[in-house]
Amino acid sequence: MFGRVRAVLRAGTLLRSVVLVVVAGLVLLFLTDSLSAYRDLQLADGAYYFCVLAGLTVLAGASGQISLGHGAFMAVGAYTAAKLSAAGWALTPELAAAAVVTLIVGIPVGVAASRLRGPYLAGATLAFAVGLPALADKFPSAFGGENGLAINPPTPPPSLGPTFPLERWQAWIACIGALVVVFVLYNVVHSGVGRSMRAVRDDEIAASLSGLRVGRWQTLAFVLSATAAGLGGGLLAVVSGTVAPGAFPLQLSLTLLAGVVIGGLGSLVGAVWGAALLVLLPNWTTDVANSFSLSSNVSHNLPIAVYGLVLIVAMLAWPSGIQGGVRAIARAGWAGSAKLRPERRQA
Amino acid sequence: MNFRGTKSLAYVGVMVAVVLAVAACGSSGSSSSSTGSSGGSSASSTSSSSGNGGGTAPGVTATSITFGTHQPLTGPAAPGYSEIAPASQAFFDYVNAHGGVFGRQIHLIIKDDSYNPTTTVNVVHQLVLQSNVFGIFEGLGTPTHTKVVAYLNAERVPDIFVASGCPCWDNGSSQPYTFGWQPNYTIEGKILGQYLKQHFAGKKIGVLYQDDDFGQGGLAGIKDEVSAGSIVSAQPYQPGVTTLAPEITAIKAAKADVLVDFTVPIYTAIGQLTSFTLGYKPQLVVSNVGIDPITVGGLLKTISKGKASGTALIEGAITDGYLPSTADTANPWIQLFKKIHDQYDKSAPFDGNVEYGMANAYTLVQALQAAGKDLTRQGLINAINQKGASWTGPGLVPFRYSTSDHGGFNGARIGMVKGGQIVLSGPPLTSTPAAGSPITPYSGTQPSPPASGIPAG
Repeated sequence: MFGRVRAVLRAGTLLRSVVLVVVAGLVLLFLTDSLSAYRDLQLADGAYYFCVLAGLTVLAGASGQISLGHGAFMAVGAYTAAKLSAAGWALTPELAAAAVVTLIVGIPVGVAASRLRGPYLAGATLAFAVGLPALADKFPSAFGGENGLAINPPTPPPSLGPTFPLERWQAWIACIGALVVVFVLYNVVHSGVGRSMRAVRDDEIAASLSGLRVGRWQTLAFVLSATAAGLGGGLLAVVSGTVAPGAFPLQLSLTLLAGVVIGGLGSLVGAVWGAALLVLLPNWTTDVANSFSLSSNVSHNLPIAVYGLVLIVAMLAWPSGIQGGVRAIARAGWAGSAKLRPERRQA
Repeated sequence: MNFRGTKSLAYVGVMVAVVLAVAACGSSGSSSSSTGSSGGSSASSTSSSSGNGGGTAPGVTATSITFGTHQPLTGPAAPGYSEIAPASQAFFDYVNAHGGVFGRQIHLIIKDDSYNPTTTVNVVHQLVLQSNVFGIFEGLGTPTHTKVVAYLNAERVPDIFVASGCPCWDNGSSQPYTFGWQPNYTIEGKILGQYLKQHFAGKKIGVLYQDDDFGQGGLAGIKDEVSAGSIVSAQPYQPGVTTLAPEITAIKAAKADVLVDFTVPIYTAIGQLTSFTLGYKPQLVVSNVGIDPITVGGLLKTISKGKASGTALIEGAITDGYLPSTADTANPWIQLFKKIHDQYDKSAPFDGNVEYGMANAYTLVQALQAAGKDLTRQGLINAINQKGASWTGPGLVPFRYSTSDHGGFNGARIGMVKGGQIVLSGPPLTSTPAAGSPITPYSGTQPSPPASGIPAG
């Protein structure tokens, strides 16, 4: 009986992804109910970071491209959501539009990116991250300049009862967004599209000899990943109630890439690790830094230094990221049953 | 992308659970478990106002009261401003060493937001929901603090004495829990504008301003006083930029005789270095928030890699002040603050930022004394609304506080940088932010501080 269930699941990617989303959704539902208001907000923060990291990890892991510009895509999504919210749009179409607008912005960037390699690609996307948020300053009447725009917080539907906490509602919204991203990316990666992307990543010449249009697949991966970042940005706007250029500094794009690498490049589970790290590590390093009584010049900057140190140590200890480390441990533990499984394709 | 089959599915579920469990018991759970905070703070704030009248409120015990604040300890606004909250802390340390307020020790949790609004939102949520603070005190910055005002008022968390002169804190009717403290930037602009009208009549004026409510408010105040044609160039800049060459070049090209800066200290310094490089020497006028000579002097030296030492590039600049100058060592308030500084905050230079933090903390202690022993959030708000306008202290002018007007100091004195120090002159001037409202001299005198240095109730 159990074996048959397993066989059915193995056969259908779509079914598998549905089960994955439902299981994760139930876990998250249980969690949001048991967490305190602040932890719910952290969960919401983690969920919108996850959207961005998941997109980035597909881009880097499946397609072999790199982007230092995903903070800018988040800005596109966030400003779209903020402007539409001010225009009276409902939450769901507003977030959908955030993703769609980012998708459209992602196309020209993706086309350009598909023609660039290595450091040139990094440089071009870096320029995008630096330049785009400055547009908000250039058109202060539309985007509010450095002050940015404020968004009214989403109100929980009355059917949930009068005392339903806002923070839990925000966590739900962000987690649903993250589950949508999981559903889409899981199916893409485990389909012919994902195979084509990996073929392009592994050897561009071989892929094009097999009839694959290299540039087109790379553009597609880039646009897909930008769209996920746009949704993440829209969720950021809804959860934090604000968008401003100061929220999307170059550091953000670098931090996102660091999160993907530390979490485990190319793995959706790695993106979960990365998101948890992005949310928890700054708090933790501040606590650590404050526990020493140091002169203010040192203690104010120590959290940033500790953050960097943790990243370095993590990279030295687990070159393939946290997920790589976990996988290695799991593989050692499950070595006995390894023969039951077909060879794992390297991701 | 490598998870096929059911085993990896279960694996994903476990992973998610583990990560979130880590999140749940993560970083600093010292206060989170004690109060059953999962019920949501809106519920707790209503129960606290209706419940036992013995002065129970979040963040208050019989022996302590905890405030939180968000400050730019790192990032572009950090130079100078990062000294403010530690100076407030030093004043609280002094009060605590002398028995606190009604036997309660005042604690201040300082969180770094790097002047990034998203981080501000995060740390303020953390302070309110997790650290369970009584209120937010001295939250710094216009682009940052504007993003948490709605939240704090919805949750009825006192948002006391914001460290920004934005007019946006002044509306007591729509934001009953938020209070400004320093003079509104428009009032400041008007006072500087009147001085220009009187002393630089017929001269061409150029304005360099930060492109947010700070700079725009100041520019509005200047425009309210000087004739429309006299402003020949007004150049906005965005905080975070690394050069002001285009802006200064444009103002120079417009042949402005007077340069008015509504800038934070680092951009005052960059602007002056740029003017110097271009050989442009207008009369400089700078808002109070951008001219502290020790801060700007230090920045000039750092940015020019030691080539510009001292404060020669801001010598003669006109500004305004609503607190006594830190150079005025005969002033008893300066003596008090210097004494506390030397004892509790030695690592920082004794400059205008330190004075700001201490004077603001002094006003908070006044408010806590006025709110009485049975401290509630609403009680503190009522105390400021009803008694705030009568408080005297280190300020040179009165506060505007009333139920409908939550603006702070209502004016300032004109000052000038002489010998690297700010020297104030003339009578204190007061006004309101309304366009066209008159500027009137204030005749009240500044009282000496109480002997203990701690305000009475």
